Amino acid sequence: MSSSRTLFQKIWDRHVIRPETSETPAILYIDLHLVHEVTSPQAFTELRTRGLTVRSPDQTIATMDHSTPTTPRGPDGRIPVSDAQAAAQLQQLVQNCAEFGIPLFELGSEKQGIVHVIGPERGLTQPGMTIVCGDSHTSTHGAFGALAFGIGTSEVGHVLATQCLIQNRPKTMEIRVDGELHPGVTAKDIILAIIAQIGIGGGTGYVIEYTGSAIRSLSMEERMTICNMSIEGGARAGLIAPDETTFEYIRGRPGAPAGKEWDRAVADWRELKTDEGATYDAAVTLNADELRPMITYGTNPGMGMPIDGTVPNPADVADENQRTGLERALGYMGLAAGKPLLGNPIDVVFIGSCTNSRISDLRSAAQAIRGRKVAPGVRMMVVPGSQLVKKQAEAEGLREIFEAAGAEWREAGCSMCIAMNGDQLAPGEYAVSTSNRNFEGRQGKGGRTFLASPLTAVASAVKGCVSDARELTEEVRPTWNP
Amino acid sequence: MEPIESFTSRVVLLPAENVDTDQIIPARFLKVTDKTGLGDALFSDWRYNADGSPKADFVLNRPESMGAQVLFAGDNFGCGSSREHAPWALVGYGFRAVISTFFADIFRNNSLKNGLLPITVSPDVHQALQARLKNDLDAEVTIDLAEQALSLPDGGTVEFPIDPFAKHCLLNGVDQFAFLLGEEDAIREYEETHPPRVQTSKVA
Ligand code: SF4
Repeated sequence: MSSSRTLFQKIWDRHVIRPETSETPAILYIDLHLVHEVTSPQAFTELRTRGLTVRSPDQTIATMDHSTPTTPRGPDGRIPVSDAQAAAQLQQLVQNCAEFGIPLFELGSEKQGIVHVIGPERGLTQPGMTIVCGDSHTSTHGAFGALAFGIGTSEVGHVLATQCLIQNRPKTMEIRVDGELHPGVTAKDIILAIIAQIGIGGGTGYVIEYTGSAIRSLSMEERMTICNMSIEGGARAGLIAPDETTFEYIRGRPGAPAGKEWDRAVADWRELKTDEGATYDAAVTLNADELRPMITYGTNPGMGMPIDGTVPNPADVADENQRTGLERALGYMGLAAGKPLLGNPIDVVFIGSCTNSRISDLRSAAQAIRGRKVAPGVRMMVVPGSQLVKKQAEAEGLREIFEAAGAEWREAGCSMCIAMNGDQLAPGEYAVSTSNRNFEGRQGKGGRTFLASPLTAVASAVKGCVSDARELTEEVRPTWNP
Repeated sequence: MEPIESFTSRVVLLPAENVDTDQIIPARFLKVTDKTGLGDALFSDWRYNADGSPKADFVLNRPESMGAQVLFAGDNFGCGSSREHAPWALVGYGFRAVISTFFADIFRNNSLKNGLLPITVSPDVHQALQARLKNDLDAEVTIDLAEQALSLPDGGTVEFPIDPFAKHCLLNGVDQFAFLLGEEDAIREYEETHPPRVQTSKVA
């Protein structure tokens, strides 16, 4: 083995407690386990059946996010859960966390939020760690140079009981993005362009490391947007090497090392970056200068194109199953081949999800919508990623900006990203959404999703149809600097 | 788990590509706290009308699909969400294997933990089998995990790859959870030299 190692290899090597053999996979130690209400109940049941305890409750944290309502609090300060089955599932998480001693950000508490927002927010997500959660967007945490990936509920049980996982070693892929983004083009557009290029299965079996000058110049929250959607390209994990931007973001957060520990930690984190001469199993490059705002037209995140492009024609697709897939997608979306998407009427705009619900996302959306109005007939929802993001946004006056524009300001949660909590599209409705999945029915049965950046979402909300963010931002940007 | 033995079955033809786990089991069915009963919700949005009646033209509702234990799927089956409810629903319905050219990672992992065999075949084999199944609804395949062999309706047999550890567990009824618990000494040793990186109670 060459002594040059990638970021992935270094983290992997540090956590292997039993290396892979020809008969058995590796056993990997997990530093942090995030838990939510939807994928954990059966795992706790398994623990009970086997008479096991949670090995390390202090390396485990739970939150409620997927099925929680985002409607306003009642007079008693509580958020009402009207769905009895969801309420029972939430109650089960309360019980499980109490019984097994796991800290929980309960619905209604001031730190509750989307699982992939709260980890970084509390300073729990740190470089060089292994992080898992029963949720595919665990890849988000890779923005800090942590090996973070989604697992199934059986594995949730494994980690609860042993703090370890049985794992086959994945391959590595470098995705290099050099150059500079034009105004109106965001991190979301980078990742949508990447997925459109590699396809939704293109990263399967790989851990992606994002490199290049365009990635380096992104803020931590923008990096999270990128890593978040690694799974939409099929990769279980995405990584970005930690640097000064990373350290500054973590410094001072409640879970971060402090004092002498901090200096030691940073010195260690600096060692993590991929060595000169280390090689990847695959490589992809993109030029940021060439990117335009992106939007999806179909029913998976790989069906994306520049905002001013035209919907592809199934007749141009040679492979039969692929052609049928595209036909089906366009049929579901009610779109005509060869036509532009710009100007397509919309019903709903959703700003939220673990992809784009952090404070910087809300700031940029507020900046773009300030002094404007949501078009008549369009419903715009803004759902902060966590209660702390919500509080911060309110302190900065963002809530007033959104409400003055005619948008709804909601409590924190996954909301219309997954439509488990009553926030959903009606059949046939079109939404421009800052979330990460446009699968059939994802945002409500029969609902039709265009995935895009918060800026594209705002531009579309204002015009009432799919619109180009570059026209809007040019006009509005210089007037406000929070 | 019961050891998996060789079995023969008719095949349900669903060759759509990129079938995501939101289609296999829509999110509104994820509010359950156990694993059972999800078979009825399998492919719910494709399978039922708004009033809950079965859609006559969906493959699972056709009489010839009844009792079939093998699903013939398109490329990149099981992409998207990590929900283990997807294999729970497939197994709950009665499927024991899915044949495709390519499976999404987490889905494949989850399936193997629930006795559902993800069988990867080459695009050529896939295409030929699809053509055969289209014209012969009674065609059967035989799946032999021990030999990693898929016997096709035309009499040919192809080998399919499978993770050796998962195969060992499935053939011998070995419990992966127990296997991991058996590593207690190695885990303790690791923890002795690697203090925890976080203390979650501190931030709650
Ligand atoms: S916001 Fe959406 S993608 Fe993110 S964790 Fe919630 S449901 Fe999953």
